[in-house]
Amino acid sequence: MSIDEKNLKFLESHEWARIEDDGTVTVGISNHAQELLGDIVFVELPEVGGNIEMKASVAVVESVKAASDVYTPISGEVMEVNENLVSSPEIINSSPYNQGWFFKVKPQNINELNEMLDLEAYQKFSQE
Amino acid sequence: MKKTYLNHFHKEHGGYMVDFSGWEMPLHYGSQLTEHLEVRSNVGIFDVSHMAVFDLTGPEQQEFLRFLLPNDVAKISGETKALYSPLLDEDGGILDDLIVYGLGQNNFRIISNCATREQNYDWLRQWGRQFAVDVNFRPEHSIISLQGPSAHKHITRLTNNKIAKFELTHDQDMMISGTGYTGENGYEIVSDAINGTKIWDQFISDGIKPIGLAARDTLRLEAGLNLFGADMTKSNSPYDSNIAWTVDLNDKNRDFIGKQALTNVDKTKVLTGFYTEERGVLRSGAVVRTKNCKGIVTSGTWSPTFKKNIGFCRIEKNHGDIGTSFLRDKEIDLNFCNNNFLKSLT
Repeated sequence: MSIDEKNLKFLESHEWARIEDDGTVTVGISNHAQELLGDIVFVELPEVGGNIEMKASVAVVESVKAASDVYTPISGEVMEVNENLVSSPEIINSSPYNQGWFFKVKPQNINELNEMLDLEAYQKFSQE
Repeated sequence: MKKTYLNHFHKEHGGYMVDFSGWEMPLHYGSQLTEHLEVRSNVGIFDVSHMAVFDLTGPEQQEFLRFLLPNDVAKISGETKALYSPLLDEDGGILDDLIVYGLGQNNFRIISNCATREQNYDWLRQWGRQFAVDVNFRPEHSIISLQGPSAHKHITRLTNNKIAKFELTHDQDMMISGTGYTGENGYEIVSDAINGTKIWDQFISDGIKPIGLAARDTLRLEAGLNLFGADMTKSNSPYDSNIAWTVDLNDKNRDFIGKQALTNVDKTKVLTGFYTEERGVLRSGAVVRTKNCKGIVTSGTWSPTFKKNIGFCRIEKNHGDIGTSFLRDKEIDLNFCNNNFLKSLT
């Protein structure tokens, strides 16, 4: 476990969120999710500038094995997406919590993140 | 779950273990893409000991097999050779596919899929009663598959014999056949578990990478090889499954199970290859449309070799060259092509 994971919060649908110093929220998928998916070959990312609603499917991640929706844990405006994932989706497999982030959101209500699981609860959940 | 004798190896070497028809098998050892490309460019080994081995004994083995299978083992009579055939029911429906190995001196071995082993054992014994033949199920066997363009350099560890495609060599301890499920040159090595462990360890210490079942699936799809249960089932015949060539009608006096029914089965559909340039993967169950007909995807994947979506689709014969389908609400174009993508996309 890296130190970074402790600052993350998780959804049961395997997304993570991290509050950055500038107040934006970065979203990606968990290490457990990338393990379940296996080698990732495509991603579809939300549009920069668009507004997204908590729990909506806003991105798609597709591995050799299966396609899966990515849900946003937070509502707000999409500030930035990780374009590197389009040409090198395998980054998600090798670095799900750092280089493999999906998008950054300017949150409408940061308290939405309170509904998420902390690392320990998520690990317990994903082992079941 | 059932385990092969190499189960501990898979776990110790990072195998991502899954339940495969009741067997705990490695899906991959970290990356199925890396493993796939290793087999295409170099060599890899697969533990396929979960597959079912049946050894026949008795004087009427050839007569039995000529009646059991649509492909005619008379073709390999007296030779040490392998022959691919589906196993059909009386309606011409596909129960499984298998390879029959002529071991010489009128002795034969069958290797078939893992999920159908009980069905096949019952089926073989049921029809075997009409012949002077015994069917011996060999659950203790090890099967290692060595596949890739460099495989011939490594097989010299085990034999000095040159083994061409679908040829084989064997002694009491081991059978080595020029067969596989990848489209590459390769060998399948059948032995007991003790010899199997030694052979596996030797190949690993020679630097050969173990390959999981996920890469096995993408390799076979690229090579145009069907997966029983996905691309063909009991509701299909060889004619709509791209294996009409296995129905050998040359000997008009030969009867075989399903022969009569095959004259009447639906021959309007085919199993064809397709590919798309779209970002995304059409998978099993996706509906494909052309100007005048509708088909269904039986297998679909992202091809590690060609970096695009490939698959098989069952559809009317006159499907033309292009079709459309839906990928997450978006209509996309696809192109039909020969099932063997190693030929049609290069």
